[in-house]
Amino acid sequence: MKVGVIVFPGSNCDRDCFYVVKEVLKEEVSYVWHQEDALDEFDCLILPGGFSYGDYLRAGAIARFSKVLNSVKKFADKGKIVIGICNGFQVLLESGLLPGAMLRNKNTHFICRYVYVRVESNRSPFTNLCREGQVLKIPIAHNEGNYYIENSRLSELKSNKQVVFRYCDKEGKVSLDSNPNGALYNIAGISNREGNILGMMPHPERCSESILGSQDGLLIFKSVVKWIQNNKGDKTPKIQIL
Amino acid sequence: MFTAEVKVALKPIVSDPQGLAVKHALENLGVSGIEDVRMGKIVKITLDAESKEKAVSTVEDMCRKLLANPIIEDYSFEVAEQDDNRGIKK
Repeated sequence: MKVGVIVFPGSNCDRDCFYVVKEVLKEEVSYVWHQEDALDEFDCLILPGGFSYGDYLRAGAIARFSKVLNSVKKFADKGKIVIGICNGFQVLLESGLLPGAMLRNKNTHFICRYVYVRVESNRSPFTNLCREGQVLKIPIAHNEGNYYIENSRLSELKSNKQVVFRYCDKEGKVSLDSNPNGALYNIAGISNREGNILGMMPHPERCSESILGSQDGLLIFKSVVKWIQNNKGDKTPKIQIL
Repeated sequence: MFTAEVKVALKPIVSDPQGLAVKHALENLGVSGIEDVRMGKIVKITLDAESKEKAVSTVEDMCRKLLANPIIEDYSFEVAEQDDNRGIKK
């Protein structure tokens, strides 16, 4: 498997993602500068966290216009795997690759701490090694993670099984108290309708080694590795998420 | 030359945590009777265009494509013709 980590001016989790793929997963990985456009060699792209373009205007709003994003769209249209983490999620929302938008955290603070998320569906390329309802301990670090989408579109997300992760407590109970940022329906991560693009606010690359307090992030990366190995050679892999 | 003043604000249906924090701060200052505080952005743009109509349609396009996120934000703007330094209208 070969992973491309997209680097925007202001990305700051690119090295963590690179490190996890290379040193923990032992897979091939390269950085992709935002002005590049050749992505054919990759099986999976990661849009990392950070503050692309200083979060000017809105988080992710400017990165959407970078050259590489056109290629990311084409890459995703082929059914290949794209993961947006934190700011990467915000970029995917602003570019329309995922539905919805991010508001400022309900408590107006930048929140940086471990949270729990519940795996809503394990029939995705990103969660196939998890149990349905499994609770993952993953850190968040963001100012705009208050996910919003119109009510009618939220119903669509639910019926299409696009909600991948929801904030919950240690026992897996989803409640207002376990919602760190005010996100609608406690949404921490969603996929596109086809299921090959994931956006998530928590940082799996920050919890992929036991020394860091949790290895739950590895489940997500290893799920992707497994899914790609199973679909190797298939030019238009079909993802069955329903 | 034309100048455009674009106002972007969160839609009324969307909660505005920043506005709420400012409202609380104002109340802590002892200001009473505050019903609501909503925050927004003002973008001032100077642009060249053949006519005011052209300028308006250009700014409209900017708002739709970049300055506002239609999922969460509303926008409004005004365009005015600007005198240049010599006071001659172009």
